[in-house]
Amino acid sequence: MPDTSSTTLTATEETAAAPADVVKTEQRKPRSLWGDAWFELRHRPMFWVSAILLVILLLIAAFPGLFTSADPTKGDLTNHFLSKPELTHFFQPDWFGYDGQGRSIYARVIHGTRNSILVGVGVTAAVTFLGGLLGMLAGYFGGLIDSVISRLTDIFFGIPFLLGTMVVLNAFTDRKVYVVVLALTFLGWTSIARVTRSSVITAKQADYVTAARALGASTTRMLFRHVMPNALAPTIVVATIALGGYISAEATLSYLGLGLSEPAISWGIDISEASKAIRDNPHALMFPAGMLTLTVFAFIMLGDAVRDALDPKLR
Amino acid sequence: MGRYAARRLLQMIPIFVGTTLLIFLMVHILPGDPIRAMWGDKAADPAQVAALRHEFGLDQPVWKQYIDYMLNLFQGDFGKTFGGRQVIDVMTEAFPVTLRLTLLAITIEIIVGIGLGAWAGLKAGKAADSGVLIFTLLVISIPVFVLGYLARFVLADELGWLPPNVQDSTNLAELFLPAFVLAMLSMAYVARLTRTTFAENLRADYMRTALAKGLPRRRIVGVHLLRNSLIPVITFIGTDVGGFIGGAVITEGIFNVQGIGNLLFRAIQTSEGSTIVGVVTVLVLVILVINLVIDLLYAVLDPRIRYA
Repeated sequence: MPDTSSTTLTATEETAAAPADVVKTEQRKPRSLWGDAWFELRHRPMFWVSAILLVILLLIAAFPGLFTSADPTKGDLTNHFLSKPELTHFFQPDWFGYDGQGRSIYARVIHGTRNSILVGVGVTAAVTFLGGLLGMLAGYFGGLIDSVISRLTDIFFGIPFLLGTMVVLNAFTDRKVYVVVLALTFLGWTSIARVTRSSVITAKQADYVTAARALGASTTRMLFRHVMPNALAPTIVVATIALGGYISAEATLSYLGLGLSEPAISWGIDISEASKAIRDNPHALMFPAGMLTLTVFAFIMLGDAVRDALDPKLR
Repeated sequence: MGRYAARRLLQMIPIFVGTTLLIFLMVHILPGDPIRAMWGDKAADPAQVAALRHEFGLDQPVWKQYIDYMLNLFQGDFGKTFGGRQVIDVMTEAFPVTLRLTLLAITIEIIVGIGLGAWAGLKAGKAADSGVLIFTLLVISIPVFVLGYLARFVLADELGWLPPNVQDSTNLAELFLPAFVLAMLSMAYVARLTRTTFAENLRADYMRTALAKGLPRRRIVGVHLLRNSLIPVITFIGTDVGGFIGGAVITEGIFNVQGIGNLLFRAIQTSEGSTIVGVVTVLVLVILVINLVIDLLYAVLDPRIRYA
């Protein structure tokens, strides 16, 4: 990996040493952490692969009608009971074949995207907000507030994530997207809180924070203008990496019959139904499973790239 | 060392009490009436419902239920299931099965994960490194239940190399497939972690010293590098035990293993509070003890760490 700071340095030295009539090299402003991270990201093929995948997935989630005109809930048992896929019929309803209810698997795969991505993004946002806030309070104020929040984090962390979420979800009969989001957030905020707490503790000891305090800045100003922006990077890294995991968790819970409830379309529910007839009809399982894997893969790859870009220690 | 362990044991008490209280509240405060649910759509006799609710102590206020539960717990009484069996009996049947499954999975995880990670770390930046990186990314992206069905479909149903169901959980050959599926996700994380620490420690001063002393490469890598790289890996394995139990719910369901995961899943579906709280209580204890043991292991791996 090229050491960016040293290339910048040599470039400026060259400019200084070069005669004035040589074409002026492009203006090099000092880069912030974020500018640096963006510079790193742009030079990674992995980032671009995941970005292109994600743009397509977001398009599918936002406008499923653009990709298929078939109705994902319309079953035709007489003509299409578990029909095999027609792999050459691109974008047609029978492209991926039909499921045990005679519904187009392609249409269901396309229409299931929105729920998966909504849950993934929703949980990540909620967890970052809740965990970030608690972690920031604990790290910044310390003392009793820190002890209470840290012990709470330990306790919520102590219950195995998937098991606890299953217990919460079992209490609800009509599980819409927001119910699943809240249930996953209930136990999911702990790692973000821990990471944010420790980075806030590091950030608040910086000289500029002491300077701001000496100048009489208010607590909220110090928190949100000085400490938060400088403690944000590790939180963002953990949140991005976790996003793919939440999508996978939603599918797992739906597969167990404890995630989204029908008529919501979820890849997990479809995989669970297809698993009963897997020996003769593997296609009904492979396509939703493949799409799920591809989505999780895209998000995890993005998280990986963001971590490499934001973590200066890895350079 | 002794004083450190004692202090850590004392610190475990509030976490243990808090965690059991939390799961107890989750089971008992969230909406849903498990007793009424026994009748399903049929009309229930209110007198029978009341009698059952009294039998399981569900007519008491929640705080009293919790105190009663904890007092009974210290006398080894975990309460009984809705079927009338003692929870402790049900657990002693299921726990050894899951213990064998998990131990086998952790063994696979350690051997394959550390092996792959070490190989990639030693060849950092080369093709083998990128290959392992992409492989682990893929494994992390495939949800456990998809991987489980895939493995069963290909290795058991199509090729017939391994049995698709576990009938005898003491037979390691039968247990291998579910253990392998259970291990895959953590194995990928272990491989990535090992790769990073290996690549980092390769540049350490003690590595250069060992090389300058003329030690054979096998000893440098196998002793100096490996031992110094193991601490983050072992920490990860310790914090991952809870994840293993979550994964066991899936793998035990797919491969029909009659262990703790299956037991918990059924209990969650019927809101059988006594079983859920009992199993989670034992799990929390196990996780706390494992993490303590791992903390004490640090001193064995790294002589610079001393516990006063």
